[in-house]
Amino acid sequence: MMSCKALAALLALAGMTTPLLGHAADDVASLRAELQALKDDYHKRVDALEQRISTLENAPVGGLAEATPAPEPAPAMASAGGGGGGTGTAFNPAISLILTGNYAHIDQDPATWRIGGFLPPEGEVGPGERSFNLGESELTLSSNVDPYFSAQMTAALSAENEVEVEEAFFRTLALPEGFTAKGGRFFSGFGYLNEVHSHAWDFADQPLVYQAFFGNQFKQDGVQVKWLAPTDLFIELGAETGNGSGFPATRLSKNGLNGATLFAHVGGDYGDATSWRAGAAYLDQRAEDRSFETVDEFDLPLTNAFTGKSRTWVVDGVLKWTPVGDPNRRQLKLQGEYMQRRESGLLTFDTAGSNLTDDYSSTQSGWYVQGVYQFLPRWRAGLRYDSLDSGTPHIGLVESGELPLSAFPLLLPANPDRISIMLDWNPSEFSRLRAQFDWDDARDSGDRDQAFRLQYIYGIGAHGAHKF
Amino acid sequence: MFSFIRSGVALLILAAALPAHAALKVLATTADWGALATEIGGDQVNVYVATSALQDVHRVDAKPSLVARARTADLVFATGAELEIGWLPVLIQESGNSRIQPGSPGYFEATSVLTLLEKPEHFDRALGDIHPQGNPHVQLDPHNIARVAKALTERLSQLDGAHAQYFQQREKDFDTRWQAAIQRWEGEAAPLKGKPVVVMHRDQTYLCQWLGLNQVAAIEPKPGMPPTAGYLGQLVTKLTASPPRVIMVNAYNDPKAANWLSDRVHAPTVVLPFSVGGSKEAKDLFGLFDDTLNKLLAVLK
Repeated sequence: MMSCKALAALLALAGMTTPLLGHAADDVASLRAELQALKDDYHKRVDALEQRISTLENAPVGGLAEATPAPEPAPAMASAGGGGGGTGTAFNPAISLILTGNYAHIDQDPATWRIGGFLPPEGEVGPGERSFNLGESELTLSSNVDPYFSAQMTAALSAENEVEVEEAFFRTLALPEGFTAKGGRFFSGFGYLNEVHSHAWDFADQPLVYQAFFGNQFKQDGVQVKWLAPTDLFIELGAETGNGSGFPATRLSKNGLNGATLFAHVGGDYGDATSWRAGAAYLDQRAEDRSFETVDEFDLPLTNAFTGKSRTWVVDGVLKWTPVGDPNRRQLKLQGEYMQRRESGLLTFDTAGSNLTDDYSSTQSGWYVQGVYQFLPRWRAGLRYDSLDSGTPHIGLVESGELPLSAFPLLLPANPDRISIMLDWNPSEFSRLRAQFDWDDARDSGDRDQAFRLQYIYGIGAHGAHKF
Repeated sequence: MFSFIRSGVALLILAAALPAHAALKVLATTADWGALATEIGGDQVNVYVATSALQDVHRVDAKPSLVARARTADLVFATGAELEIGWLPVLIQESGNSRIQPGSPGYFEATSVLTLLEKPEHFDRALGDIHPQGNPHVQLDPHNIARVAKALTERLSQLDGAHAQYFQQREKDFDTRWQAAIQRWEGEAAPLKGKPVVVMHRDQTYLCQWLGLNQVAAIEPKPGMPPTAGYLGQLVTKLTASPPRVIMVNAYNDPKAANWLSDRVHAPTVVLPFSVGGSKEAKDLFGLFDDTLNKLLAVLK
């Protein structure tokens, strides 16, 4: 019943916003007339503007005795900066759609892929599947709401025909003293790659450390406050909190917030050709019954769960060297990030069966470095190295002798690593074709998996703007 | 301890209050707008230029150093018409500076007071990286500079009413010198009228239109698209039949394709400053036009 009402409301809304669909053919004539009227009105305005310009040009420069009743600063047109400009009705939000997909050749069965020594994160991690794969299609709508707020939503349409609200947030425009606040669902501002949307990654996938620590990227429903220092050196401080709905945190069975994220970034130029940014972050979070699928020592599937504290340090740095000024002619981009996580609390073995619980703690770390070189106007080549150290976890159930270590095959110490190379060709600002080859030892089995991917990325709609 | 914090807070408040009496901080997106802001603002403005003449202003990174400058700016002086769309919105958004948000007095686009050329009839990216509002490379028509100077003066006066008269006086003085220079340039440039030229990108359109140069071809097949071998081949055939007098290259362009073409169609290449700072001689706006004309006259007379 409710859904019927909702459907009706949606239809009504659709009828309002796209009149052409809702109206019968006899309305077309009246619409034409309206359009003509709009056109005429537009022409009139253009004429008026042109006239104003010519009067301004011919105005005597001298006699400006009357103080300054400053003529209102050319309206409408000044909207720019943002998308808008002409591609639709003036008040429509900027719309952009990113299409991605790939062809993958992966030596070892992707279903067996995992990051050795690390609890399986939530999220679409791993090399993906074999053969042709449609990637996520990202639809972004953004606009200023009023002089005080802007809003943006990115919906990710997956190949499995699911829609996920990747980001949906408002942001303030008018806070004083360098403050900006953001609320809703958004990628956390820590690190370098966490905030970058997948279509803007320099490789086809995230570094292993992001996959293992955050299931690609950390986001939750919450709020963020950032402050930018009024100095020539770029200094940005940020704090976030939220419901903890993203891995490694979970939602909690109580009111209030789940933990906090603090981050700082510093950046600047070194000479004319080099720009850099460095940062550090600390995430203090809690997980409650964070369950994961695994097998026991007899290879039987079961579910374990972790409850406790999860604390992560992140250090990041990026440097861009642009020797000829134009980044499209030649640019070298070097970046690297290091993360360390300490988790402590309780681990429950086989939640649906024997349900044994004892204490658990681990210290895990990982890092990557990568370089991407734009060597010709349309061509870029990149090299990346990933390395993880699972450490040796303290498992109470094993130390008390209740269970053998082999009951926790996912927690056996491991040092996964991976080498990736990529080459991409960018026919224009809006299209990219990429080839990537990985020598992947994420399983830490000693037998490197080899994966080759051909990927396409196309962007249509509003001209995007990317952060550094 | 508390007194230390208190004095710190007092200092911060003082620091926040101070800029009201200091020179206006202008963040100009190009060296030309930076030079113009200095002409009008004199010592009552503190100008920072975001890009150099050796950069393609459409394609620069939203560098942290620029975000930091946007944070403290009283006025962003941009071209508009989507020229800076790949980076300026990020600077403004990340700046946490409410004074420079589009629509505020602290945000000014030169193209908002100009009539743009080459406004596309329909929008299709198959036509290349076109700008819906028209060609944004407006600075090489000196009449545009004069128009923008007037609008900028109004804006500076609005932001710093105490110095309105100062700005207007400087604008008047600039305009007198500028109009005289335009007259001189137009006189000197008479022999350039109708000469067939090849341009790199459509960013020389305003210059060609002003000087009456006949733009017969562009090395970029479509705006923002580097030329392919096939396209250059066609260009050679076309231009051998009716050769241009000169191939115009901007200081920021990669001259390779132009030099290649130059050898085949036997027309000289001339590297123009395009922007203030694009050559040794183009030290300011007057130098920019002096040098551009001298270089063109040297090969076209």
